[in-house]
Amino acid sequence: MQQISSFTPEGKRVIIKKPELLAPAGSLEKLKIAVHYGADAVFIGGREFGLRSNADNFSIEEMREGVEFANKYGAKIYVTTNIFAHNENMEGLEEYLKDLQEVGVTGIIVADPLIIETCKRVAPNVEVHLSTQQSLTNWQAIKFWKEEGLHRVVLAREVGLEEMLEMKKHVDIEIETFIHGAMCIAYSGRCVLSNHMTARDSNRGGCCQSCRWDYHLFEQDDHKEEEIALYQEADDPFTMSPKDLNLLEGIPQVIEAGIDSLKVEGRMKSIHYVATVTSVYRKVIDAYCADPDNFKIDPKWIEELDKCANRDTAPAFFEEVPTYKEQMFGNHGKKTTFDFAGLVLDYDEDTKIVTLQQRNHFKPGDEVEFFGPEIENFTQQIEKIWDEDDEEIDAARHPLQIVKFKVDKPLYPNNMMRKGVL
Amino acid sequence: MKKPELLVTPTKVDDISRLINSGATAILIGEEKYGLRLAGEFNRDDIKESVKIAHGLGAKVYVSMNALFHNDKLEFLPEYISFLSDVNVDAIVFGDPAVIMAAREAAPEMKLHWNTETTATNYFTANYWGQKGAKRAVMAREINMDSIVETKEKAEVEIEVQVHGMTCMFQSKRTLIGNYMEFQGKDLKVEGRSKDRTLFLHDPERDAKYPIFEDENGTHIMSPNDICIIDELEDMLDAGVDSFKIDGVLKSVDYIEKVTSLYNEAIELYLQDPDAYQDKKFFYLEEIEKIQPINRNLDTGFFFKETVY
Ligand code: SF4
Repeated sequence: MQQISSFTPEGKRVIIKKPELLAPAGSLEKLKIAVHYGADAVFIGGREFGLRSNADNFSIEEMREGVEFANKYGAKIYVTTNIFAHNENMEGLEEYLKDLQEVGVTGIIVADPLIIETCKRVAPNVEVHLSTQQSLTNWQAIKFWKEEGLHRVVLAREVGLEEMLEMKKHVDIEIETFIHGAMCIAYSGRCVLSNHMTARDSNRGGCCQSCRWDYHLFEQDDHKEEEIALYQEADDPFTMSPKDLNLLEGIPQVIEAGIDSLKVEGRMKSIHYVATVTSVYRKVIDAYCADPDNFKIDPKWIEELDKCANRDTAPAFFEEVPTYKEQMFGNHGKKTTFDFAGLVLDYDEDTKIVTLQQRNHFKPGDEVEFFGPEIENFTQQIEKIWDEDDEEIDAARHPLQIVKFKVDKPLYPNNMMRKGVL
Repeated sequence: MKKPELLVTPTKVDDISRLINSGATAILIGEEKYGLRLAGEFNRDDIKESVKIAHGLGAKVYVSMNALFHNDKLEFLPEYISFLSDVNVDAIVFGDPAVIMAAREAAPEMKLHWNTETTATNYFTANYWGQKGAKRAVMAREINMDSIVETKEKAEVEIEVQVHGMTCMFQSKRTLIGNYMEFQGKDLKVEGRSKDRTLFLHDPERDAKYPIFEDENGTHIMSPNDICIIDELEDMLDAGVDSFKIDGVLKSVDYIEKVTSLYNEAIELYLQDPDAYQDKKFFYLEEIEKIQPINRNLDTGFFFKETVY
């Protein structure tokens, strides 16, 4: 196993095996934001062969631009290609994989051996990573995939820390694990609820989250009409909605375990989510690696993550099999506490005027918060707002509208502005 | 035209001769520790006994090891496989590559059948597992008749298709029934969550009832209807599909026995006289309808359905 830490000449322990922070992106804009906010690698979806058919996906040309952008910052791009193909889906696969190689993506994330083998044959320069869709839960299976020539495996969501340690001990291969985001409550690849309920194939990207719907649990004998309800009128119905994964507090252990890549879920999430989550984990990883022995979780990180959460979160299987406390009953959602309100385009140090692209309604008098990789979060009360032609306006109403107003502290392009929701 | 294997799932040792006498030519058994959603629990003595009975009657015995194994189960795999090999089991059904790894060490001659259920969706991947040592691929229940026929044409391995019974829609490692009970402040006794008690999820939107149970492998949710294609067997018989499976999970042996004998009759009739089968096939369907449990309608699964994505 690779060495995780070493000592400086002054005798301070530092982490030398720093894991990759892998962020999601559903569009070029999100890809750029992810890199800007500190992602070492970004995973995107193509127009074909990937799950999440609803997520904004990349054309080959957009991928090319994404790869060029990422390369400038030393970041890598992986493309999810993780459907379980039916016979009819085979057409066009070779061309597609050759295109990915030509565009220069670092790797693809794959579940179906059809795609693994085809990639090895037609696009040998592209790394092959085994998708979580294969629900990889033991080290012998990992060894199998290593012998098959895979570069990396993504673990099943059901794998806990102890199991990861054992896997690392037995097999020398890159391991990627999820640290944050929404998750399946089923073993990935082993749920076809949507196929049955809505004729949409979950293993080809059609999942409609049937697990989060409400059901009534009851008992009934095979040959009797009588049904016995296992709930009372006033009870919340049966449902299988998992809390979202949040491993913030487990990051030190994951790093010490030598896990190679830490993955954030959410290709369908907003740039606000991508920026917030990426920047928080960037800070956690950097802080721990620089001085693991004096590391403490900053409560601000936890608060910050909460600002873009739309569900309660939990560490899922990290320590043990989750109980009802890691599920949501009744009201499954959580009210968002903050809205993404604007993206900074420019800041004039002399006049202290920011130029900003509106992403949500705001008006004079509102208290807003700015954040970004170059700055410490700060709040500001908005005074007058002007539009692009320097006309004063009573509110920033229109999506993507360019507006200006005064902000006391310096800002940088791609910093973000958020607003508390009452 | 060759007669395909008729593979059925007994619920206990005593069922085996009855089912074979009704036309089964192979049986699938196993224990929950290694296999998923079995019709019955067969410990090692049972397996030994089952092999004796089945082989005596000229039928094959397959043992299910298609669970998703976590690290803590790995140490048991080679020893279990050696045992199965010693007692002359005809093949092992697997999904997790850990079983291939263990079999290579423990019993390289043992036949393997690849069955992950939901992810066996194309012929290339069936052949891939063939190259890794599988003799047979069990097709996902979510693919249609045309794909099955095409897969059979292009497959270098035997192809098994489930023609009758319940299918699994969902497996979670979490104990979802127990969690719900705890959330409500109740505690459903552990045995209450199991297959012995028939629990359902009612989906009010679709007015469907999904059987649900918990076991060592987590929580399982099953299809609202039973597949039945006793009146649609032509294409697969013509294509030469190697094994037709009747899954008896959550069914009584009387039911499984009757269904087995009807399928056996239907298959034999088609092979002898396709026109006579056409005349009689709806009769077979009606016979099965008569014995369906109250909550279970028949349908044709995904054989004639398109899914979108
Ligand atoms: S229904 Fe739920 S568990 Fe199933 S694939 Fe969709 S999100 Fe995952």
